[in-house]
Amino acid sequence: MQKQGHMLPVWFFIGLLLAAYGAIILTVAVVDFHHPADVVLAQYHPDLFGGMILLALGGGYTYWFWPGRRTK
Amino acid sequence: MKLNVFAAAAASIQTSHLISLAPADILIIVIYFAVVLGIGVYLKRYANTANDFFMAGREMSAWVAGLSFLSANLGALELMGWAAATYQYGILAAHFYWIAAFPALPLMGLVMMPFYYVSKTHSVPGYLHLRFGEATRALGGISFAVMTILMSGINMYAMAIVMKVVLGWNIHFSIWVSSLTVAAYVTLGGLYSAIFNEVLQFFLIWVGVLTVPVLGLIEAGGWSGLVLKIHQRLQSDEYVHLWSTLGTFSGNPMGVNWAGMLLGLGGVIAFGYWGTDFLVIQRAMAAKDLRSARLAPIIAAYFKMMVPVIVILPGLLALAVLPYKLVPEGDAGHGLHSYNEVLPLMLARYCGPGLLGLGITALIAGFMSGMAGNVSAFATVWTYDIYRPYLAKPASDAHYVLVGRWCTILGVILSIGAAYFVTQFKSIMDYMQALVSFFIAPLCATVLIGMLWRRATPKGGFYGLLAGTVGSVAMFTLVRVNHAYLAVIALSPNAKDMAENLYRAIWSWLICAVVTVAVSLVTTPKPIAELKNLVYGQIEFPAEASMPLYKRPIFWACGVGVFFAILQWKFW
Repeated sequence: MQKQGHMLPVWFFIGLLLAAYGAIILTVAVVDFHHPADVVLAQYHPDLFGGMILLALGGGYTYWFWPGRRTK
Repeated sequence: MKLNVFAAAAASIQTSHLISLAPADILIIVIYFAVVLGIGVYLKRYANTANDFFMAGREMSAWVAGLSFLSANLGALELMGWAAATYQYGILAAHFYWIAAFPALPLMGLVMMPFYYVSKTHSVPGYLHLRFGEATRALGGISFAVMTILMSGINMYAMAIVMKVVLGWNIHFSIWVSSLTVAAYVTLGGLYSAIFNEVLQFFLIWVGVLTVPVLGLIEAGGWSGLVLKIHQRLQSDEYVHLWSTLGTFSGNPMGVNWAGMLLGLGGVIAFGYWGTDFLVIQRAMAAKDLRSARLAPIIAAYFKMMVPVIVILPGLLALAVLPYKLVPEGDAGHGLHSYNEVLPLMLARYCGPGLLGLGITALIAGFMSGMAGNVSAFATVWTYDIYRPYLAKPASDAHYVLVGRWCTILGVILSIGAAYFVTQFKSIMDYMQALVSFFIAPLCATVLIGMLWRRATPKGGFYGLLAGTVGSVAMFTLVRVNHAYLAVIALSPNAKDMAENLYRAIWSWLICAVVTVAVSLVTTPKPIAELKNLVYGQIEFPAEASMPLYKRPIFWACGVGVFFAILQWKFW
């Protein structure tokens, strides 16, 4: 593996994906804030909180495992 | 357990699909496909030797090996199936996560993993070859190859049917898009790709489904509110007790007793699956060192025991909050939903655009990882245990990598064939669990005896495995021919179908063990020199005295036991 260069850890890809999903969900939540979806407990805006958590988690993983910042 | 997703789908085809996706949901699904393909393309540069392609370079950390070890088992078919089982049987379904995890997983890590890892075998059939010889390897290898292809095809078809019912997607579209994606990323990146995507799937499943238990408990009024609502609706306490209803077969909705659960599930099936199914063991074998290989199943045990939060709890919440009753598969349709639709229904109940796409992506990821795991395991077993010993002369490392890539494509093509085969013979789904149990229970006995008893001989191993497998098939067939035999196999007239699976596992394990021991005692064992690292007494377990306590696998294994005990007490 070393002769091919250091492999990006799986956590980096997870971070990227979760951050992307968090951004999408948060955007939808903000756009639809005053017209939430017709689901049970929509008044709690789970998409808003879910989007923020995913963005934070994904962003954290992406930052922590950014290439060159950590080797593993 | 039986999972009649197909019958449910066929019956409910006349109704409109359950869920409509918004553009954000579609985007989330498309991004998932792009990412998994991108990961496969990226990892191709690292998968150019046989060790890299088939064993991911044996360099995975304990966490990666552990999470992929669990994810290989945690397919969407299982998630949806056990949520459905919970709706039917209550919290008893949690046994298939709790007693199925302990003590089998920690013991597998502590006791069995060293034999697989130190012997440097490439597969479970490879271990059988080293320990018992070619005949046992051939029996184990061929049965495993057939089983994984069938399972991959069933997984593929199940996904297509679920996507049709839930989203209204064309079956052929689902089969081809998913299978071509899996073929691409596993052919490119080998086991690296499969493992990376399984760890990804693990995170997706949690973030995709977690909304359901969180909002469900808020709606139900917490755990106590949930229990009260279930009691009010069903006029029964049986659905929320784990052990107190297992005194008799007739005392619980599942129709099993404590002995079947403890010995059949916690003993034979759990040890058989975790200890001998190469699909999951391959992930632990890919660990970077023996300590990581031993820790992988132990890490998996912790998370396995947490999975009921996203599988069992949604099933219980559905019992409490859904305004309509779900029905058996045969009765679904004309506005009625089957048990198997419980998870998509709960997702649709709480998740708006975005979150819904995430939940659906989690299910798709689960299905595809199931296919990828089966296909990568098939490629390894085919290349090392069928092609190399029986079909080809010794060749270079590059040749086996090429064979592995072509095997992956072959595996996917065969899986597609199996998926279309299932469309013609839908009842094969009824036998999915039985197919697995035909081989797992006797194989468990063969491998355990091989690892722990030096006197076990090659002929003993072969004839024991054969007898156990034939015995399991025979018992299964007997019950199908005459259902009255269920009472004989499960030792009670009140036993139901689930009990048959559990007791058949016990009996086939015993048949295999008895025949193995009996034949071994009258045949010649291998010389001691040929058993190095293959059997207890001939392997040196690593010394851990110099390690800090928190680094020792046995410390974390004991923690699994404590966690297990707390859960059993809490939900007794």
